[in-house]
Amino acid sequence: MNISMRAPLSLLPLRLHDVVFAAGDRRIIDGVTLTLEAGPRTVVIGPNGAGKSVLMRLCHGLLQPTSGRIAWNSPELPGAPRRQAMVFQRPVMLRRSALANVAYALKLAGVAHIEREARGRAALRRVGLDHLANSPARVLSGGEQQRLALARAWALRPEVLFLDEPTANLDPGAAQEIERVISAMHDAGTKIVMITHNLGQAHRLGDEILFIHQGRVLERAPADRFFKHPASAEAARFLEGELPWQA
Amino acid sequence: MNDISNAVMEALHLIGGADPKLLDIVLLSLRVSITAVAIAAVIGLPLGAAIAVKRFPGHHTVVVILNALMGLPPVVVGLAVYLLLSRAGPLGPLGLLFTPTAMVIAQSILITPIIAALSRQVVEDAWKEYRDQLRSLGERPLGAALTLLWDVRFSMVTILLAGFGRAAAEVGAVIIVGGNIDGVTRVMTTTIALETSKGNLPLALGLGMILLAIVIALNATAYVVKETAQQRFG
Repeated sequence: MNISMRAPLSLLPLRLHDVVFAAGDRRIIDGVTLTLEAGPRTVVIGPNGAGKSVLMRLCHGLLQPTSGRIAWNSPELPGAPRRQAMVFQRPVMLRRSALANVAYALKLAGVAHIEREARGRAALRRVGLDHLANSPARVLSGGEQQRLALARAWALRPEVLFLDEPTANLDPGAAQEIERVISAMHDAGTKIVMITHNLGQAHRLGDEILFIHQGRVLERAPADRFFKHPASAEAARFLEGELPWQA
Repeated sequence: MNDISNAVMEALHLIGGADPKLLDIVLLSLRVSITAVAIAAVIGLPLGAAIAVKRFPGHHTVVVILNALMGLPPVVVGLAVYLLLSRAGPLGPLGLLFTPTAMVIAQSILITPIIAALSRQVVEDAWKEYRDQLRSLGERPLGAALTLLWDVRFSMVTILLAGFGRAAAEVGAVIIVGGNIDGVTRVMTTTIALETSKGNLPLALGLGMILLAIVIALNATAYVVKETAQQRFG
């Protein structure tokens, strides 16, 4: 009883209610109502400029909605360690070693100094970068830096991990490595929300698909059904355009 | 023409012989300007970084004023510090006028805005690149300011040197608050000004050469430090 009372409430579900994000006159996000539950891996797809990245930044708290409500089940307190993480399309690393970059994130998450190195090294091992722990992070290759970004997220043990096209700039081998780590994080209980332009990847990693078009959620469906029988004409056209050889 | 070449020869002789008077002047110059840079760095670096990452009403005005202060005329700073420290001034009882401390104060005031304005620019550029990532990790603005200062530390070397160059090369402020007293507050620039007007070209030329050599050597070092660091840390 005592333990269950002390255990923090889950962040999820995340509820968005009629969220609008406007830049000038343009509504980049145009009235999105949506609930993200714990469990299934959510993959966000849609044409360029549909508002996917903005939607993700709104969810993660990097942008504030112009109107509407974004509410976590148990909100993060300002100044408290974050319980969600994000991996960006282009990894951003500080001018220090790979391990120090992970340790820095752990420091911000309130992890005690003596624990940081061990947890950092464990995370680097998960992504196969332990041999580069002491290398300056910014001179690593693109694929290595993205794996480091994932290690940094992994070390934080977030409840929710947002990924914005994490493999967009990587060759197939490096992309496969990243997918492997994302799957492992999912297996460890982290909610995965990922944007991708790679439909093969969406198929492999997605349990459900969120199709965004002109700032709205046009369709949300289990991945199998979405790819076989998209319900909206826009989604069908998008799939045809992205997979012309199947048309 | 002959006068000049004689003066150059004599200047080189002074330098080569490590003339004690000349050495004292050079050492005082370095002591005053390096102390001023240290003080200006302690104030200017965090200030510049904080302005770079914090958004508040009047932010643009502060940036414009800070940039404008980079061009503070040394004589005006000298005059202001003179008024502060003169016997009738608010800090008169401290008895600091015509001491090296007064020169340090004047030069610190002169270069703090330079260091703050330049570091604001560098940190703000870095902030644009890192903002989303640092905020995603839960970093707060002032923590980010310190993190970014450390991250751009190699560029800071150049900024500190710009401040040092300005301090070591200015004459207007130190001559007013220091008084150019022989053996007490005489630095390279004030000596050059005085000796030139007295027609003692060798000493003036010798000091000029040393001043130039110091500035060139420091900038070369800064360049090498920055290049190697960039290659190593990306």
